[in-house]
Amino acid sequence: MIWLDTIVQGVLLGGLYALFAAGLSLVFGIMRLVNLAHGDLIVLAAFLILVLVTALGLNPFLAALVALPIMFVVGWLLQFFVFNRTLGDDILPPLLVTFGLSIVIQNGLLETFSADSRRIGTGALANQSVSLGGVHVGLMPLLTFLSAIAVIVALNQLFYRTALGRAFRATSDDAVTAGLMGVEPKRLFATATGIAMIVVTIAALYLGTRANFDPSIGPARLIYAFEAVIIGGLGSFWGTLFGGMIIGVAQTFGAAFNPAWQILAGHIAFLLVLLVRPRGLFPRAVD
Amino acid sequence: MDSSPTIWRVETRTRASMAFAAVVVLLVILGFAAPLFLSRGAIRDLFFILTMLVLAQNWNLLAGYAGLVSVGQQAFVGFGGYAMFAAVALWRLDPMPAILLAGVAAFLLGIPTAFFTFRLQGAYFAIGTWVIAEVVRLVMAEWRTLGGGTGTSLPFGAVHHMWGVKSVERLFGVRAPEAGDILAYWLALLLVIATIGFIYGLLRSKRGLGLTAVRDNLQAARAVGVDPTRMKALVYLAASFLTGLAGALIYIQKGRIAPDAAFSVIDWTAYVIFIVVIGGIGTIEGPIVGVIVFFILQNTLADYGSWYLMLLGLIGVGVMLFAPRGLWGLFADRTGIQLFPIRRSLRSGPTIRTSKGV
Repeated sequence: MIWLDTIVQGVLLGGLYALFAAGLSLVFGIMRLVNLAHGDLIVLAAFLILVLVTALGLNPFLAALVALPIMFVVGWLLQFFVFNRTLGDDILPPLLVTFGLSIVIQNGLLETFSADSRRIGTGALANQSVSLGGVHVGLMPLLTFLSAIAVIVALNQLFYRTALGRAFRATSDDAVTAGLMGVEPKRLFATATGIAMIVVTIAALYLGTRANFDPSIGPARLIYAFEAVIIGGLGSFWGTLFGGMIIGVAQTFGAAFNPAWQILAGHIAFLLVLLVRPRGLFPRAVD
Repeated sequence: MDSSPTIWRVETRTRASMAFAAVVVLLVILGFAAPLFLSRGAIRDLFFILTMLVLAQNWNLLAGYAGLVSVGQQAFVGFGGYAMFAAVALWRLDPMPAILLAGVAAFLLGIPTAFFTFRLQGAYFAIGTWVIAEVVRLVMAEWRTLGGGTGTSLPFGAVHHMWGVKSVERLFGVRAPEAGDILAYWLALLLVIATIGFIYGLLRSKRGLGLTAVRDNLQAARAVGVDPTRMKALVYLAASFLTGLAGALIYIQKGRIAPDAAFSVIDWTAYVIFIVVIGGIGTIEGPIVGVIVFFILQNTLADYGSWYLMLLGLIGVGVMLFAPRGLWGLFADRTGIQLFPIRRSLRSGPTIRTSKGV
């Protein structure tokens, strides 16, 4: 029973990591941009929600709803005015610019909110649990996992059922030809990053309500997200969810043996997948 | 018509570089003599500058020449530091050979690291190296005899009895701690000379040409017979070795090691990246300019804590966006001066005086 419990908790944790990763996967899939500030943007969104909760006395879920358009605009502007300038054959500029941005966001948050650990209170919701076939799971982890599935489904719908998604896919395959067909890559990329920031905000809601956070934890979230994307394979949202679940399960198993091994076990699982399937488990796009 | 066959030579020398070579000799002599006329604090500052310069040159070699953008060089700094600590604290080795051992240990760590990360391309590679650095940090934090997560100090007096400290004490008439600083500074200076010498030598060699070819056009380089993976692996392992040496040296001076600081991505990779980017990536001069700018910024703004880091990040982003070749790039574009020229030019023996502006 303890095994089953560990697996279930790991899968639910994987939902959180999939939320971290989905935005990264989206942006990477469309424009091959790896945003090293992704983790810090999640933390930034978490602080934004925290401010809305404390200043306006909003419910965290309502606050996240308010934060969504704000973060969309932040993402749109970042992409349009900064990241778009770095795109090209050379991988160095986007990496270095987003890395610099990561340092700027981290220290900006540190200066504004200090290094104290914060948490977004969810009242009674935080401690409630439900029983699933004999395994007790917390309501918040379950909600996280369901949100992750909802986000993945929504992204897939957007990608494969809408005109915007068609433009995304076309630009991903061949930006020049897509441009000839009337797609404006710069605005399209900005929209994509905006959408990624919406996912980031949802991730931030659960990051902030489930555990303590402080300005320095962004890079570690980036690494989990990145591992999930790689394990899942480029361009596959369901793969990203599965990748997140592998990291989550590996972490809970590691923690079950020795709490100090939790993070290490996740990394080792990632390296093992890399060893066997360097292109991930369900690669769709060709890098 | 001259009937005698002209002898053609491939050269990289320029007039500026020949003048600069003389300046370098002077600087090196001055550098070794510096403890005679500089205070202990200044020597420690110079030590910091020199070790950061070694890290920057190595990162520049990886990212600027081999196209390997690593965000995980802290793995080798920390591992070098830990290997040196293990050799000194656990196996009672003298710090001097322990530094060399640390370099070898970092080199050995580079082999499995390359094995994993070379499966990844570009941006994937960057985060892959970061993951490896995290793994090494977490494993080192489990090394209980070296203090686990809280870290440990070098045994009392280990550095004071290091080879050569006695001679320095006598030579300068100083006490052991100061003699240790001087010795560490000299080692750092030697390491800088060796690193720049190695990189410059590599870039001027046939292999260096292959390396630049791989960076500029992988397919074309492959077509003329360059093996890109071999070239990159060579560079990666060399950088691992040199970075490990620098890490060991840094922690000789610090005397205390803990996993979070030893594997800090900010201290050993972010700063280094900013140094290279601000100075000018893809040149040997760039990191030298960058480290000087970095030192000045740090000394004037260090009191502002996180504002300082924010500013550094903004400058880095700004330079990358608007002057991607850095300060040295701006300077070199205007003046055409190269202090470490690697551009080959073809010259014939006797007509050299007429070939102005080559």
